Amino acid sequence: MSSDLETAANRDILRRVAIDPISRVEGHGKVTLLLDEAGKVHEARLHIVEFRGFEAFIEGRPYWEIPVIVQRLCGICPVSHHLAAAKALDYVVGAVPVTATADKMRRLMHYGQILQSHALHFFHLASPDLLFGFDAPAAQRNIAGVIAAHPDIARQGVGLRRFGQQVIAATAGKRIHGTAAVPGGINRHLSATDRDALTAEADTMVAWSQAAVALVRRLHEADPALYDRFGCVPSSLMSLVRADGAMELYDGQLRLRSADGEVLRDAVPSHDYMDFITEAVKPWSYMKFPYVTDLGPEAGWYKVGPLARVQNCDFIPTPLAEAERRAFRAYSGGAIQHASLAYHWARMIEMLHAAEVIRDLLPDPDLTGGERMAAGPRAASGVGVIEAPRGTLIHHYWVGDDDLVRWCNLIVSTTHNNEAMNRAVREVARRELSGQTLTEGLLNHIEVAIRAYDPCLSCATHALGKMPLEVRLLDADGASVDQKVRNG
Amino acid sequence: MSRSTFLLDGQSVPFDDGQMILEAARAAGRYIPHLCWHPDFPPHGSCKLCVVKVAGRHVSACATPARAGAEVESDTPEINTERRTLLQMLFVEGNHFCPACEKSGDCQLQAMAYDLEMTTPRFRHFFPDRPVDASHPEVLLDFNRCIYCELCVRASREQDGKAVFALTGRGINKKLAVNAESGRLADTDFAADDKAARICPVGVILKKRVGFAVPIGERTYDRAPLHEVALPKPEGDT
Repeated sequence: MSSDLETAANRDILRRVAIDPISRVEGHGKVTLLLDEAGKVHEARLHIVEFRGFEAFIEGRPYWEIPVIVQRLCGICPVSHHLAAAKALDYVVGAVPVTATADKMRRLMHYGQILQSHALHFFHLASPDLLFGFDAPAAQRNIAGVIAAHPDIARQGVGLRRFGQQVIAATAGKRIHGTAAVPGGINRHLSATDRDALTAEADTMVAWSQAAVALVRRLHEADPALYDRFGCVPSSLMSLVRADGAMELYDGQLRLRSADGEVLRDAVPSHDYMDFITEAVKPWSYMKFPYVTDLGPEAGWYKVGPLARVQNCDFIPTPLAEAERRAFRAYSGGAIQHASLAYHWARMIEMLHAAEVIRDLLPDPDLTGGERMAAGPRAASGVGVIEAPRGTLIHHYWVGDDDLVRWCNLIVSTTHNNEAMNRAVREVARRELSGQTLTEGLLNHIEVAIRAYDPCLSCATHALGKMPLEVRLLDADGASVDQKVRNG
Repeated sequence: MSRSTFLLDGQSVPFDDGQMILEAARAAGRYIPHLCWHPDFPPHGSCKLCVVKVAGRHVSACATPARAGAEVESDTPEINTERRTLLQMLFVEGNHFCPACEKSGDCQLQAMAYDLEMTTPRFRHFFPDRPVDASHPEVLLDFNRCIYCELCVRASREQDGKAVFALTGRGINKKLAVNAESGRLADTDFAADDKAARICPVGVILKKRVGFAVPIGERTYDRAPLHEVALPKPEGDT
């Protein structure tokens, strides 16, 4: 276990190294390491350094504004917030269920979001570490380096993201921060022109996604000593699944699976999340630490996101992704995989699933016509849960009779993974850094582990920003010994 | 009988006796920017966006009678710079967050900022604290976006016969108020089909629950710029 590195006993005499901010992730975060004279790590923490406070300024705003305003949390997965808010507010306006047109337009938008975000995360942010090595020169370890050394991989990655963005634009009205999902339904149909343009490329996107899965699988198979061990933190897994156990990213019920594969909780209605989950607060972080309430904070923390979803579902309801899921499970002999880098493999399986779903949805006539809005008896509150690219996303609103939001609660994907990411950081610090002379490449090991979770720190911390990296080495008196700066 | 004319940016504009510069220009298909002016009401002259230069003097085109032979400067770099400054002051005085505003694409303030190529507010934001009034069952008042054009005040008083709205305070402390003991819209005889409910050029007086029913991108000023939309439609054009 690596929990011993959460808080050092003798913090005042240790020297502190900060990775601040972490690069090639969304939002601002930093890692601090406390080391003794011999360079042994005594404490490793992932910090969230900024606070955005959306929950506060949403209060007092009219409910129909919320899906549009709340998505400004993020420029990478605004669709997830847009849809989670709309889903929650469907309950408030009594639109449960929404019409077939609304449901399918939102699903198409959501799977476009999954596709583009997973492509961005893997190809643009994470692949340089995997293709060039964690210690490769920083000048090469970036998307420009990938383009130079592996032009086919880079072209497909950029193309997949572009296609996902086009799906979003066709359904949401804009590539970023669209406004199509409204409480009760959707405000537009898919145009025949957009449908045809997307359909023309859909098979190619499925093929490129298959190639991406194969690439990650090859990386795992080529170096199992690294991929199966690096940043490995066994934990429970939580995600939505469909009632029949299928992978379901837009709507479903919560399932918790233990670290060794046993289903601990199943068919938990998403609107019962407040009874199911408790958020713990630690004095050193702005980001909360959720856990399953009746298991307690020590046993009840869990992972979310692709690695959880691919292993939590019983099957994936599209054939190519299902075949890859089976291969993923067979790789570990059926045992649950917990290594941080396995997130990338699972992520690419999900990207393939998204490409298949998009291809299969596009011909549906409900997208281009049909009733867009539904309504019913008004309710005072609503919970919307969705599987965002990075994991389970929960939006919860109380709305007054005057239509203003009285209270809201957002638990974003990265928050669920807070404990897991911190443990992965400690695991890497203990195994890879402790007792070593710190180099930029060695510190990058920590970032590789964080990056695997695809943290959206801007959502989790409600912060926003670019990602230059500054590493400062301070001696035991706090004096600066060394400093490295690079631009993001 | 031939009508008298004046020159607007060097081009001849005919006018009737007593007609204001802005009205005559508009009738001739020439746009002069304006926010507080409305064809159904007498000139108000408060927004000053219709500022023009006549014989070296700045005047409000909405409230200055046209004179035969006058030379009026409107669409010039100097005047448009002054208009942009006025717009910038309007933007920082209230809380105008276009990205999440339901009036985006239908808002005259936003459309004029695009029209006049305002790229930044430039001045320090005031960030005033202006609570919304959601008391009415059908209409929301979001005072954050008020530009004090008084169109709602005038429409309610002169067309609806109700006097629901008024401006109170002076100068920078001026604010739009609801004419009820409680100050709440629900405690007035305001109705959702009042003229005052449909005249706000910005995003203050809003029909509830339909804010994003029309997609962004398909709204009034998404389809055509303000300087085209604001002109009267030609005969037979619907």
